[in-house]
Amino acid sequence: MWALYRRDVLLSVRAGGGALVGLLFFLSVVAVVPFGVGPDLALLARIGPAMVWIAVLLSTLIGLDRMFRAERDDGSLDILKMRDEPLVLIVLVKCLAHWTGYVLPLVILSPAMGLLMNIDPAGLGAAFVTLFVGSPAITFIGAAGAAIAVSLPRGGLLVPILILPLSIPVLIFGVGASYAVTSDIDPFLPPFLLLTAITLFFAVVGPVAAAVALRQADD
Amino acid sequence: MNQTMAKGGMFSGLANPTRFLGLVRRVLPTMIAVTVALFAVGLWLSFTSEADYQQGDTVRIMYIHVPAAWLSMMCYVVMAFAALGTLVWRHPLADVAHKAAAPIGAAFTFLALLTGSLWGKPMWGAWWVWDARLTSVFILFLMYLGIIALHRAVDEPARAARLAAILILIGVVNIPIIKFSVDWWNTLHQPASVIRLDGPTIDPVFLWPLAVMALAYTFAFFTMHLAAMRNEILRRRVSAMRRVAASRAEAPRMTH
Repeated sequence: MWALYRRDVLLSVRAGGGALVGLLFFLSVVAVVPFGVGPDLALLARIGPAMVWIAVLLSTLIGLDRMFRAERDDGSLDILKMRDEPLVLIVLVKCLAHWTGYVLPLVILSPAMGLLMNIDPAGLGAAFVTLFVGSPAITFIGAAGAAIAVSLPRGGLLVPILILPLSIPVLIFGVGASYAVTSDIDPFLPPFLLLTAITLFFAVVGPVAAAVALRQADD
Repeated sequence: MNQTMAKGGMFSGLANPTRFLGLVRRVLPTMIAVTVALFAVGLWLSFTSEADYQQGDTVRIMYIHVPAAWLSMMCYVVMAFAALGTLVWRHPLADVAHKAAAPIGAAFTFLALLTGSLWGKPMWGAWWVWDARLTSVFILFLMYLGIIALHRAVDEPARAARLAAILILIGVVNIPIIKFSVDWWNTLHQPASVIRLDGPTIDPVFLWPLAVMALAYTFAFFTMHLAAMRNEILRRRVSAMRRVAASRAEAPRMTH
């Protein structure tokens, strides 16, 4: 299990990995926003946390396709399925590895991106904390989508379409909690706790659904 | 034949597509007639009943809008049960059932969103408001489209059905969110007024046309669903026959 985790993390960070592509995509999305809404610093500061959240969400969705595809192409997915450990556990480990190797760099870089959007320090911290807690939910539920799409010949584009509706609650509570820090009226804790609950819920549902989908894919 | 039917219960008796097609042939004309009659009565009641003292004639949009919204959720629940049938009992008709239901559900959801938007403009002053109920129904619409896209993306019907079934069962979380969104979050959309524990709070003047229209929509759903299932079975037979014909045409050339 630990070896699988280590291998997956290294694969995404080292040569040919997708982590760099994800970071570049993240940077591109954040850089495109001021062109779209205009370089008004006050406006950028207000929508900043939401924009960072959306950029992380999109970058994560883009990267999900790689989760099982390489393993399926070289046949090691079948070996993983034949191991003694339950497939759900293997999927869970792969989710955690994908999150560490692909999503965590985005989260760590998000305060720097927030500076580009003129977010104040409290907002930066809020965006970072909510992303840290909420982004695993996207990975877990995305694993199910990636597992469903892995057996399709052109499944790559389908994953974001299938997963986006399901990840909207994560976005709502993540952005809600980030805004609560910068505004005085809204409380921070309720949306943050709901975000945590969503992550824990998808930590169970996502790997189970992904394991079922992987089992269904080949027969 | 009757023995197996009695032993296996109604649903496994219907596992034979030919028997199912026979049943559809017998039932469908009656269902179409009932649907048309209910719509005639329901629409007549909707247009002749009193106008609301506050909303005026726009209240009649409710008779189109509310049943469509109910049916959009019921259709998903039907699909979820069919998805269980696919994954757990491997019932051959369950595959057909949730594939045929998805476009119908998408249509009902779209109708609910459209009429809600038309109703929202005079009442709220905006075509679209991002409140909890609207957002969750919009997510439902996106999920229907995703399920349809997944069905189209896989060539093999049996595998498409199993993958779609998993997706449907993940998405079923959204249904209670839609149902209770107006109670959990205080937003612009009015709270539930018909299906409540303490009885409906809506005036009987409006309740009757609404009830008849809801029944009409329900019959319309089951009529369309049965017809769509029949079409799907026939479509699969045609493609199977084409495959056989193609392989026969191929065979002599190979021996030459």
